[in-house]
Amino acid sequence: MLKIKNLQASAGGKAILKGVDLTVNAGEVHAIMGPNGSGKSTLSYVLAGRDGYQVTGGSAEYEGKDLLAMAPEVRAREGVFLAFQYPVEIPGVSNKYFLKAAYNAVRKHRGEPEMDAGPFLKFVKEKAKSVEMDPAFLNRSVNEGFSGGEKKRNEILQLAVLEPKLALLDETDSGLDIDALKIVANGINKLRDPKRAVVLVTHYQRLLDYIVPDFVHVLSGGRIVKSGGKELALQLEKEGYGWIETEKVGA
Amino acid sequence: MANQEVKDLANSEYKYGFTSEVDADQIPKGLSEDVVRLISQKKNEPSFMLEWRLKAYRHWLAMKEPTWAEVHYPKIDYNGIIYYSAPKPKKKLASMDEVDPEVRATFEKLGIPLEEQKMLSNVAVDAVFDSVSVATTFRKTLAEVGVIFCSFSDAVKEHPELVEKYLGSVVPYTDNFFATLNSAVFSDGSFCYIPKGVKCPMELSTYFRINAKDTGQFERTLIVADEGAQVSYLEGCTAPMRDENQLHAAVVELVAMGDASIKYSTIQNWYPGDKTGKGGIYNFVTKRGKCAGPRARISWTQVETGSAITWKYPSCILLGDDSVGEFYSVALANNYQQADTGTKMIHIGRNTKSTIISKGISAGHGQNSYRGMVKIAKSAVGARNHSQCDSLLLGSQCGAHTFPNLEVHNTSSTVEHEASTSKIGEDQLFYLRQRGLSTEDAVGMIVNGFCKQVFNELPLEFAVEAHKLMNISLEGSVG
Repeated sequence: MLKIKNLQASAGGKAILKGVDLTVNAGEVHAIMGPNGSGKSTLSYVLAGRDGYQVTGGSAEYEGKDLLAMAPEVRAREGVFLAFQYPVEIPGVSNKYFLKAAYNAVRKHRGEPEMDAGPFLKFVKEKAKSVEMDPAFLNRSVNEGFSGGEKKRNEILQLAVLEPKLALLDETDSGLDIDALKIVANGINKLRDPKRAVVLVTHYQRLLDYIVPDFVHVLSGGRIVKSGGKELALQLEKEGYGWIETEKVGA
Repeated sequence: MANQEVKDLANSEYKYGFTSEVDADQIPKGLSEDVVRLISQKKNEPSFMLEWRLKAYRHWLAMKEPTWAEVHYPKIDYNGIIYYSAPKPKKKLASMDEVDPEVRATFEKLGIPLEEQKMLSNVAVDAVFDSVSVATTFRKTLAEVGVIFCSFSDAVKEHPELVEKYLGSVVPYTDNFFATLNSAVFSDGSFCYIPKGVKCPMELSTYFRINAKDTGQFERTLIVADEGAQVSYLEGCTAPMRDENQLHAAVVELVAMGDASIKYSTIQNWYPGDKTGKGGIYNFVTKRGKCAGPRARISWTQVETGSAITWKYPSCILLGDDSVGEFYSVALANNYQQADTGTKMIHIGRNTKSTIISKGISAGHGQNSYRGMVKIAKSAVGARNHSQCDSLLLGSQCGAHTFPNLEVHNTSSTVEHEASTSKIGEDQLFYLRQRGLSTEDAVGMIVNGFCKQVFNELPLEFAVEAHKLMNISLEGSVG
C-alpha cells in the first residue's frame, strides 16, 4: 500500500529526513517511535503534503501512485488520513457540517452520490456513539473550546466517518489520561481491517499496550535505525533510546 | 475558445453583471436647480417636497465632499451624472402583468419574480429599477392589516401627511454631503408604515437594480413602526458590469416608537469592479434609525460584498429609555475594493443598550476599515454597550483598519470594546484540505464560520443566500 524509499525532506533549509525506507501493507499496523526531534512528525506531515516541507530526495508510492505529486486534498480523497497531534480550531463551523463536507468530498472523488443532511446526521450519530462521544459535540464548532482529550477523540470520530485506507496517527496518545487513551485506542482498533493500514507515530510505548502493532520502527536522526516486532517497543520502554544510539555508533 | 465563452468565464464571479435593453425616460446629465425642479415635476410632487429638495440643493452647494474616510477615488464629476432615468411604461400600469416585459425579465433573472404567486412566500417586494419603483407586491394583503408598503412616490401622493411628518426627521437634509445630495435629487425608494400594535405578517423587502449607463441611483427609504409595531425588512442590490464607476447615494431613515421593533437587513452586492479595480459602484449611503420611545428596538444587519467603495455607517439614536440598538456587519473587500463601514450608537435615554458585532474580511488588494462611534450622553444613566470588531486577512497585500471612538459622559455606564485581527491560518487550511476539501472550499468554510454570528441575525432564506454570496465573492482570492 505504501512504499517509502530513501525519503529525504527538509524544513526551513534544515534537513530532517535523511533517507527513510518503509513499506506498509494493507492490514498491518506499524508503530514509529523515536526520541524528540527525530523527524516523526515531519514524516507524517510530508506524507500528508503539508506546505513548508521540501522533499529533497527519494519517493513515496501509495497504491502504485506517486503520493508526493498529489495535492493534500487529493491524498485525503484517495484515502490517506492524518490524525493531528494538535487538532485545529475552526470557529463558527459546526462539527457536523465540517464532517459532512469532508465525507462528501471523498464520496464525490470516488464517483459516489453525495449524502444529504438527514441520512448523514443519522450516520454520524452512530459513529459518534462508536467512539463514545456525546452527540452534542456535533453541533459545536470544530474543536473550539474542546479539551485536549476531546480534540483527540474528535480526530478519531473523523477517522471513523471517513474510513480511510491509510491512517497516520501523529502522537495521538499525547495529553490523554488513561480513560481517554482507552477510548481512543478502542476507536482505532475497531478500524483494523485487512484492507486498511495504520501507522502510529508515538513517543511512548503505553499506546501500544492497547493497540498492538505488527511492526515497530525506531526513527532516529532522520532515518529508521531499527525495526522489529512489538517486543521492540517494550525494550525501548525499559531501556530508553540511548542503546540504539550506541548500537548505531558501534555499527 | 470563442470570444463569448472567454467573456462568460471571466464574468462568472459576478453573475448579475448583465444589462437590459429598456426604453428609458432620461433627463440630460448634470445638476442644477432646474434639474431638481424637473425631478419633482416628473413625480407630480406637492409643493412641500419641492421646497424641501430645493433647500437641500442650496445647502449642498456650500458643502464639501468628506475626505476623512479610508477610501481613495478620483474626483466625482457631479455634472457628469444622469439624475433621473426611468423605464418608459408602455401604458399606465393597472397590474403587475403590465410591467415592461424587459424589466420583469430582469428581475426574474435576478431571482426576484414579480408575480406574487411565484414569489418567496411571505416576502413582499418593492422593486426599484434605476430611478423608480416599478412594482410592489402584496400591497393588498398588507393593507388588510393596515400596513402601508409602497414606493416612495406613491407614499408622497397617497400619504403626504406621513411623509411630511417623518421625512428628514432622522436624517435631516443638512446631515452630510451625500445625504444632502440625495435629499435634493432622490427619485424613489420604499415607504413603509406599520400601525400601532401590528406585527407585520410578512418580511418586507426592496430590491434595487441599477441598469442605465451614467446614471446615479439616489433612493430613499423611510420606515415607521408605530407604538408596539414590529417589522423585518430586507434590501438587496445589484448592478451591471461597466468600466465606469457609478454613484449610489441612498438614505434610509427608521423611526421606532415606544415598544416597536425594526429589523433591517441588507445584502449589498453592487458590481464591485473587475480584478484590476476598474469600474464598480461607489456606494455612499446614510442609514440611521431613531428609537423614539421607551423600549424601542432597532437592529441593523448588513452583508456588504459588492461595490468598489462602500461608505456607510448604519446608526441608532437611542432616545427612548430602555431602548436597544444593534449592528451586525460583515464587510468583504476583495481585489481593489475599499470598504469603510461601521456604526454610531448614540445613547440618550436611560438604561439604553447597544451591541456592535463587526466582521471585516480583506483579500487581494482590498482595504477594509471599521469606523465606529459609541456616544453616551450624560442623560443616558446606566447605558451599556458591547462592541466586538474582528478582522480576517486573506493574503498579504490587503489591509484591515479599525477606528473606534468612545465618548462617555457619565459614570454609571458600561462600555466594552473587543477587537481582533487574524490571518487566515495555514494550519486551518491544511487541516481542512487534509480532510478532502479544496483550498477554495476550505477558505469559504473558514470565512463563513468567521461570519456566522452575523449571518445568524439574517432571516433564514437570506442567510443561505449570504453564505453562497460570500463563497462567490471570495473566488480567486487565494492562489
